[in-house]
Amino acid sequence: MKKFSRRTVLSAGTAAAIALALEACAPGGSKTTTATSAAVSTDIASAGNVTLTVWDQNTDGGINTAQTQLNAAFMKEHPKVKIERVTRSFADLKTTLKLALTSKTAPDVVQVNQGYPDMGSFVQGQLIRPVDDYAKLYGWDSYYPQQLLDLNRFTPDGKTWQAGNLYGVSQTGEMVGLYYNKKILADLSLKAPRTISEFEALLPKIKAAGMLPISYGDVEKSPGIHIYGIVQAALAGKQAVSDLVTGKGGAWTDDSSVKAAQTLVDWVDKGYLTSDANGISRDAALAAFNSGKSAFTITGTWQLATVDKALGADAGFLVLAPDSSATPVTTGGEGLAWGITAASKNADAAAAYIDYVTNANASQVLIDTGNLPTVPPKDWAPKPNTLTADIASSWKSVNEGSGMVPYLDYSTPTFYDTLTAAVQELTAKQKSPTEFAAALQADYSAFIGKK
Amino acid sequence: MAAILPRRSRRRVRWKAYLYVLPAFAFFAIFLGVPLLQTAQYSFYDWNGIGPSTWAGVQNYVDLILDQKLRDSFVHAGILIFFFAAVPVVLALALTAIISRGARMRGMSIFRTLLFLPQVIASVVVATTWVAIYSPNGLVNQLLRAVGLDSITTAWLGGFATALPAVGLIGSWLGIGLCLVLFLSGVANIQPELFESARLEGAGPVREFLSITLPALRGPIAVALTLTVVAALKTFDLVYITTHGGPGNATSVPAYEAYNRAFNTGQVGSAGAVAVVLTLLILIITVFIQKLQPKDVE
Repeated sequence: MKKFSRRTVLSAGTAAAIALALEACAPGGSKTTTATSAAVSTDIASAGNVTLTVWDQNTDGGINTAQTQLNAAFMKEHPKVKIERVTRSFADLKTTLKLALTSKTAPDVVQVNQGYPDMGSFVQGQLIRPVDDYAKLYGWDSYYPQQLLDLNRFTPDGKTWQAGNLYGVSQTGEMVGLYYNKKILADLSLKAPRTISEFEALLPKIKAAGMLPISYGDVEKSPGIHIYGIVQAALAGKQAVSDLVTGKGGAWTDDSSVKAAQTLVDWVDKGYLTSDANGISRDAALAAFNSGKSAFTITGTWQLATVDKALGADAGFLVLAPDSSATPVTTGGEGLAWGITAASKNADAAAAYIDYVTNANASQVLIDTGNLPTVPPKDWAPKPNTLTADIASSWKSVNEGSGMVPYLDYSTPTFYDTLTAAVQELTAKQKSPTEFAAALQADYSAFIGKK
Repeated sequence: MAAILPRRSRRRVRWKAYLYVLPAFAFFAIFLGVPLLQTAQYSFYDWNGIGPSTWAGVQNYVDLILDQKLRDSFVHAGILIFFFAAVPVVLALALTAIISRGARMRGMSIFRTLLFLPQVIASVVVATTWVAIYSPNGLVNQLLRAVGLDSITTAWLGGFATALPAVGLIGSWLGIGLCLVLFLSGVANIQPELFESARLEGAGPVREFLSITLPALRGPIAVALTLTVVAALKTFDLVYITTHGGPGNATSVPAYEAYNRAFNTGQVGSAGAVAVVLTLLILIITVFIQKLQPKDVE
């Protein structure tokens, strides 16, 4: 009896403790950050010795070399500033940055992924600082094309993307396109396609010649976004997809989005894509293309160096245009935005650093190390008929024609998961194109409804 | 009177015993208890990990049933129990029956060490190795081609029907060694006289196994089941490295969903609910398995 009562007391105590814990202030709570109203300055020497902690994701060969060079040069020019560099792969950055920003020792400069899941929630949590004042000071607002600046904009409540304050600038440009093997096309006397219809007309001819048309591997799940993205952009047009991703209007169940899904299924049925692609890694697919086993592969400009090294003069790059248009459209934009944290005590030095690694001088360093800068220098003239020349001219025409569609996974915080899983299900015939579209729309409308 | 006194002194000793437990309990409370309660708290909120949170009541728990993706992840964990626990225990029992008959064999310890090796290797290494084995040109497909079964070669981790069993079989491979080592040491505790007398009575190998070995192994079997079932339910590393939950969501498991929701998709509340339910599920199943444990075994 006595034993029993003690147990009752104990469990009652536990229940009370749990109830107390639950009633205690809700997680997150309200954060009051005083708006930075101090005057901004390019003078960073007067602040004395400063250490800037910088989180970047420039881990790949070419861009890592560029970053190392730029950091060293910056510290040489500004001996009072010490750069404490922290590198994270993109996936690691995505999972750890949130924790770092909310900690007491937040970094000063961070690379922030655009879109609602990352930049949007950081803005909402007032973890990063608007940089409009520095944009004016350093002339970023006139240096970058408007559509690229917009990608780094958010309203202060974090709810509307591509409008409102500027939260950073980007160092590199990137877009998804078709890498093609010039020799294979020439051997089959085929011309490089210009529009989506021309491209689709080539595929059966390549297949009939016993060659794999498109090398595709999706085990990592992210390549699915790219392949669906370029087909959807070419079929639906830039404006429709862009409105969809930014939440301005439209639905994933619209005809052209369903048709894009149907196109992918057709490609699978007719053997235009690597078979069992869901079990093939992205690297294996690229390696197959690089060793001349396929005519095309679909990936981003970040693979420039790898493809160039493997195929040399045989490598080409192009971006498809919708049938009725001369302007190529594709998924892409720019590298992650370099932003300043709200917690940084050295915003002036941080801004000077960001300017240093993104300005015209930095662009030249980036080109020299095999990267595509956001704004290539005016006099940039890569050797004609090289892969770099193809990419440079595609980048120019896509930007001049405003043909850039933001990455589809920016649409909602959960869209990366939803879309990548759905593309795998689509290409494996687990979902029909209509079911595929419905799955995307379900995620999308839940988020739009909540906003 | 005489009966009461010793009881009192025993009680005093018992209270003192709690003091000895205190350091361990404090450690547990700070590093396990508090985070656990915090997770439980988060699970009642709708929170993206940064901004303000809103009270969600039991909605995150309701979603475990309504959200097909979450529901599937628990179903997948159930299927993994078959591969992680049932398969290795049954196979290890069969192997034990065979091996125990040659227990005096030379080199037994080397054999046991080899079988136990998968348990010692870091799971990341194990998973990466199996990715290569299952790849389109990997060992499995090479073997199939060698025996003329080209038609069934596939990318095992990429197929909707094959991915989950493929992940499960890695678990089976991991578990067999562990179970076997447990069972063999259990068999070593059986007095040899029992076998001798059974043989004198004319019992065959099957009878011997069912009447002597199996009952004696109840304790080790309970331990093996506990370890392997818990391993199945909390699988994260294998899935994370081999498939990321894909293709589609064919191999998503609760632990992976909890991680993904907390750190990638900004659904901290939902992640908390998954974690809480998973923890409870593991506790309940473990309690049931403990019932297998014979009472007289410590």
